[in-house]
Amino acid sequence: AEVEETLKRIQAHKGVMATMVINAEGIPIRTTLDNSTTVQYAGLLQQLTMKARSTVRDIDPQNDLTFLRIRSKKHEIMVAPDKEFLLIVIQNPTE
Amino acid sequence: EWSAGKTVKPPDQLELTEAELKEEFTRVLTANNPHAPQNIVRYNFKERAYKPISHIDQTAIHFSLNGNLILKDSDEGRRQSLRSGNASEKAPVETSAEASEGSGVKDEGSTEDTQAAEGAETAKAAEAAEEEEPPPTKEKERKLANQFNFIERSSRTINNPLRERASQSEPTPCKNFSGNANQWVIYDAYIEEVQKMEKSKEKEKPKAQTAKKEEKGKKLTSLESQSDDITKISNAAKIVERMVNQNTFDDIAQDFKYFEDASDEYRDHRGTLLPLWKFQYDKTKRLSVTAISWNPKYKDLFAVGYGSYDFMKQSQGMLVLYTMKNPSFPEYVFSSESGIMCLDIHDDHPHLMAVGFYDGNVAIYNLKKATSQPSYKSSGKSGKHTDPVWQVKWQKDDMDNNLNFFSVSSDGRIVSWTLVKNELVYTDIIKLPAEGTVMQGPEGLQLQTFGCGTSFDFHKKIDYLFLVGTEEGKIYKCSKCYSSQFLDVFEAHHMAVDSISWNPYHLKVFISCSSDWTVKIWDHTIKTPMFVYDLNAAVGDVAWSPYSSTVFAAVTTDGKAHVFDLNINKYEALCNQIVVAKKKNKITHIQFNPMYPIVIIGDERGQIVCLKLSPNLRKMPKEKKGQEVKKGPEVEIAKLEKLLSLVREP
Repeated sequence: AEVEETLKRIQAHKGVMATMVINAEGIPIRTTLDNSTTVQYAGLLQQLTMKARSTVRDIDPQNDLTFLRIRSKKHEIMVAPDKEFLLIVIQNPTE
Repeated sequence: EWSAGKTVKPPDQLELTEAELKEEFTRVLTANNPHAPQNIVRYNFKERAYKPISHIDQTAIHFSLNGNLILKDSDEGRRQSLRSGNASEKAPVETSAEASEGSGVKDEGSTEDTQAAEGAETAKAAEAAEEEEPPPTKEKERKLANQFNFIERSSRTINNPLRERASQSEPTPCKNFSGNANQWVIYDAYIEEVQKMEKSKEKEKPKAQTAKKEEKGKKLTSLESQSDDITKISNAAKIVERMVNQNTFDDIAQDFKYFEDASDEYRDHRGTLLPLWKFQYDKTKRLSVTAISWNPKYKDLFAVGYGSYDFMKQSQGMLVLYTMKNPSFPEYVFSSESGIMCLDIHDDHPHLMAVGFYDGNVAIYNLKKATSQPSYKSSGKSGKHTDPVWQVKWQKDDMDNNLNFFSVSSDGRIVSWTLVKNELVYTDIIKLPAEGTVMQGPEGLQLQTFGCGTSFDFHKKIDYLFLVGTEEGKIYKCSKCYSSQFLDVFEAHHMAVDSISWNPYHLKVFISCSSDWTVKIWDHTIKTPMFVYDLNAAVGDVAWSPYSSTVFAAVTTDGKAHVFDLNINKYEALCNQIVVAKKKNKITHIQFNPMYPIVIIGDERGQIVCLKLSPNLRKMPKEKKGQEVKKGPEVEIAKLEKLLSLVREP
């Protein structure tokens, strides 16, 4: 549907290397990478997101995490947590 | 030494008198023990008191000796005599013992009676013999238990071998559970409680309300049930798309926020427009931008109407909403059969947009609903215009709190549309007559032709006052109260008036632009314009800036944007800049963002360009030393007034 289109657009955007959709249990639902890498990303980023969210909400319980950006030398990992899902996009911003 | 016959007196002998000596003392000999106590008392538990014993034992034992003589015939005596081993006793016993053994064997378990039956003496002898027989053989091992026939028979049961048998049950499945009670966990729990309580309260409310809420709930649940796994992620997907765009357009975003052109200082009051984002959408490539409007609530969202100005090429129209956060794809897209010519977003309800079409219809689009069709649309029956609708504007809610808006069209009618009970109801406000055109129709009828309204604007403060521009170049000052007459007429332009706009600060000033290449600024009390600017090309649109009463911008069909600041230069533009890439592209509309120093310009190719105003174009009045800077509308009004007074004839 619309969401599918949005995800396609994101994948087709300039510099985007990969997109992944992970469900609440850490199982990848949709991914454009190979399985092992996806699983690795999923596990690691889920823990990090939970920790980040816990931090934000601990400071002010009425607040909540909107998204998380991790910029590294090679690329940028963007994580958008949802109630039941985790959307991960890896982009190379300088391309 | 003894001396017989002499009484010996001890030295301490009592001296007694004669009478006392002769006194007789009786001495009785009794059997009582003089040493026995006479008043032994024992504690009586029944009466809970000490009571003397009734009888006291008088026996006095003078001598006791434990003896060791045993009666010969007693058990112990017999045993001893046997032990001493008398042979004479044994011999007669043996013969009788044989006989009695036999009988004894038979009667091993016999009682006393049977033995007694044989004869007391013989029985006794036999018993004695019997007893004598076993004792000599077993006397060392056995102890005599009783006098009668006693045989000890012991037996031992088999001891079952002990075997250890253990069983182990399956351990119950254990799971480690750990949790952190963070502040937000506690907060979430409380929120859940509150929601539960609210739900229970809602159930108590009357049915009508619950019915409505059920409907809403049903809508929600139906949406949820439709959703697949993927659809639920729409929010996150949106956010990520914006993030990705932010990365790609990072430098532009930085420019938008922070870049201030430093070279403006050297440019001697002239300014520039810095191009930022370009918004375009595939499906609108063939259409031209016919209307732009910023959303009053969300300052980064703007709506663009697409259609065609060309009389010959009329096709479909589109209404597209973009946000500056996502320059690559629109947020909302609505399509329509006829080209859109104008649009307006309601101030209080930013999700409602009024739209006027080329075919004369008007419609209201509701952003909150998911459909791509308008919520309400006028039709041939309900009084649509017969010519394209050039401008729509929302008004304040009428007395019944119904939404209403005005529209102006080339058919010469200014119509007010009210949304009454989900239907659009129209009311003609004014019909614009064209002067001097009372035609002679067939059979002597006098036809009145109507002028064509092309633009209008309502006064910001005076509710009933508004201006209408026509195709003939006239501007009419009208009031909502008078339907047939105008308050005033301005001979403004030689060609159609494309856009009219009241000054946001000064209550009397408005600006108009036309295809006759001019932009004119008026005071509505004076018939002649205050300022006239000739821009060398047909002017498509003009707009006042929201931050200053003396700054306005105009766009022309040659692709240029002109920005004027009357405070700085009354005769020339501060900026003339070609905004669109290709020469043949005409610019159609321009709008200032109410909050940020940017403008958006739409062109004929369906593209929107966003430009940032350089600092020279945004100058605020300088502070005089020692004086406070007054900010606010009064300053702006005063500024403009000063300028106008220079121009006005004394």
